[in-house]
Amino acid sequence: MHLTPTTLTRFVARRCLQAVPLLLVVSTLVFLLIHAAPGGPLAIYLANPNVRPEDIERLRRALGLDRPLWEQYWSWLWAFVRGDWGYSFSDGRPVVARIVERVPATLELVGVSLACALALTMPAGILAAVRRGRWFDRVTTIASITGISLPAFWFGLLLQMIFAVGLGWLPSSGRATPGEGDVVDHLQHLLLPTAVLAIVLASGWSRYLRGSMLETLSLPFIVSARARGLTERRVVLRHALLNALGPLIALVTVDAALLVSGAVVTESVFAWPGLGSLFTEALARRDYTVLMALLMLSASAVVAFNIVADFAHALVDPRVPVS
Amino acid sequence: MRLPALVFVALIAAALAAPVVAPYGPERIDLSIRREAPSAAHVFGTDELGRDVFSRVMFGARVSLAVGLFSAAVAGASGVAIGGIAGYAGGGVDAALMRLTDAMLAIPRLPLLMIAAVVLQPSIPWLIVLIGVAGWMETARVVRAELRALGGKGFVESARAAGASHARVLVRHLLPNAAQAVAVSITLAVARGILLESALSFFGVGVHPPAASWGNMLYQAQAALSTEPWLAIAPGAFILMTTIPVSLIGERLARTRN
Repeated sequence: MHLTPTTLTRFVARRCLQAVPLLLVVSTLVFLLIHAAPGGPLAIYLANPNVRPEDIERLRRALGLDRPLWEQYWSWLWAFVRGDWGYSFSDGRPVVARIVERVPATLELVGVSLACALALTMPAGILAAVRRGRWFDRVTTIASITGISLPAFWFGLLLQMIFAVGLGWLPSSGRATPGEGDVVDHLQHLLLPTAVLAIVLASGWSRYLRGSMLETLSLPFIVSARARGLTERRVVLRHALLNALGPLIALVTVDAALLVSGAVVTESVFAWPGLGSLFTEALARRDYTVLMALLMLSASAVVAFNIVADFAHALVDPRVPVS
Repeated sequence: MRLPALVFVALIAAALAAPVVAPYGPERIDLSIRREAPSAAHVFGTDELGRDVFSRVMFGARVSLAVGLFSAAVAGASGVAIGGIAGYAGGGVDAALMRLTDAMLAIPRLPLLMIAAVVLQPSIPWLIVLIGVAGWMETARVVRAELRALGGKGFVESARAAGASHARVLVRHLLPNAAQAVAVSITLAVARGILLESALSFFGVGVHPPAASWGNMLYQAQAALSTEPWLAIAPGAFILMTTIPVSLIGERLARTRN
C-alpha cells in the first residue's frame, strides 16, 4: 500500500462510515434484548413484595418506560451518542463515572496479559510450524488444544487453589492489599489473573499462527528464497512470518477489543476491580443502564479495533487493497 | 480421530446411563455425611448438603452434553439457513444479513448471553435455544463463503434451466458443497456451547440448583475452595474431558478438508 495522507484519510473515513449502520444494528439488538423482555427493565422490582405497584408506576414514568418502544430507543440512542449514558439503577451515580473509574484496572490487566500472550504465541507458533511433527510441536499442540478447551473460570479456581490457598504464595483476589500498595504487592495480585488470560489467549493464537505459518512455508516463494541461499532463520522470520502475520493480527485485535471492555470471567473470579467485574456486579443488581453502556462500549471497541486491524494488515501486506 | 470420538461417545453413554452408573440420586441429601473428602463410598466426596459429587457429575453430564449438542444443532441450522439465503440471494439481502452477522459478532457472546439469561430466566430447553441463537454467525459466514465461491458455476444455471426451484437449487445443489465446512463449525459450536453453559451456570444465571450441571457445581465449589477443594476438581475435569475430544475432532475434520 502506498501510504499517502489522502489514502489514509479516505480509508479511515470510509471505514468509519461503514461502522455507523453496524453500530445501529448493535444498539437495536442490545436495546430490544433489555426492553422487549417481559416486565422490561423494572422486572426485578415486580417480584419484590416491598416495592408497591404505585412506586413501580412512578419509576416507569420517570424512566420514560411508558412511552412507545421506538421513541424510547431514539431518545436513549441520541443521549448515548452525546455521551449522556444515564444513571446507574443501583447507586444513582452517572454511568460514565462508574465506567471511567474501572478503566485503569482493566487496561492494566489486559495490557499486561496481551503482552504476555504475544510473548508466548510468537515463539510457540513459529517453532511448532518449523518443527512440525517433532516433540516441540506435539507438546505445544497438546498444550494449546487444552488451553482452547479450558473453561477460564475453572482454570482460575485451580490457580487460586494451588497458589493462594494451598501454597499461600500469592493473594487469591483483588488488585492490592489495602494499605500496602507497594509494587511487589501489586505484581503479586496481577500474576494469577494475567496467567489465566495470557495462557488462554496464547493457546488460540499460537495454534492459529502455526497453521498460517505452515501454509506460508509450503508456498513457492519460500522454496525460491531457500534456493537463493538465504539462511533458514531469514527465510522463516522475514519471508514466512511477515506473510503469516496478517490473519493473526485480525484475530489479536478482535480479542484485544473484547478484553478492553472487560475480561468478564477472569476479573470476576479474581475480584479484579475492572470493567469485567463491573459487568457482573451490574448484572447481579439488574443495573440495566450500566449493562447497556458496557455492551455498547464493547461493540464499539470491536468495530474500532477492526478498522485498526484492517489498516495494520494492509501495512504488513502490500497485496491487501486499501480501497 | 478414533480416540477422541471414543471418549466423547463414552461420555454420552455414561450420561444416558446416569441413573444406572450413579451410585446415589443426584439430589439425595444426607446431612450426616456433609463435606466429606473423597472415599471408597463417595469417590469424588460429598458437598455441603451431603450429596454425592460423583452422582451429581454423572447427572450434570446430561445437562452439559445436551446443551452442547442441541445448541450446536440450533446454531448450525440457523447458520446454514442465514448463510444459505445470503449466499444464494446476493445483493441487498446478502448485504443486510452480513451486516447483522457482523453486528452479532461485535457483541461479546458471554456477556450478551448473561444478560439474556437474567432477563428471560430460561428453562434448560430455552437456554439451549439462547446459546444456539448466539452462535450461528460462524456457520453462516462459512456457508455464505462456500456459496459465493460456487455462485458462478455452470451447474447452478443448468439446474435452474432444467426447471429446479430456487429452494431446490439451494438445498440439493449448493448446500451439499458446504457440508464439510459446516461440520467443522458445528463441532466447534458443541465445545463452545458446553463452555458457555458452564460459564453461565458458574455465574448463577444458567442451570439453576438443585438440578446439577458442571457449571453450577463449580459455582458452589467456589465458596469452599479452602475447605473442600475436591468439589472444584471433578466438574471442571469433566468439562475438560468433554471439550478436548470435541476440539480434537474439529481439528481433524478441518484438516481432512484441506
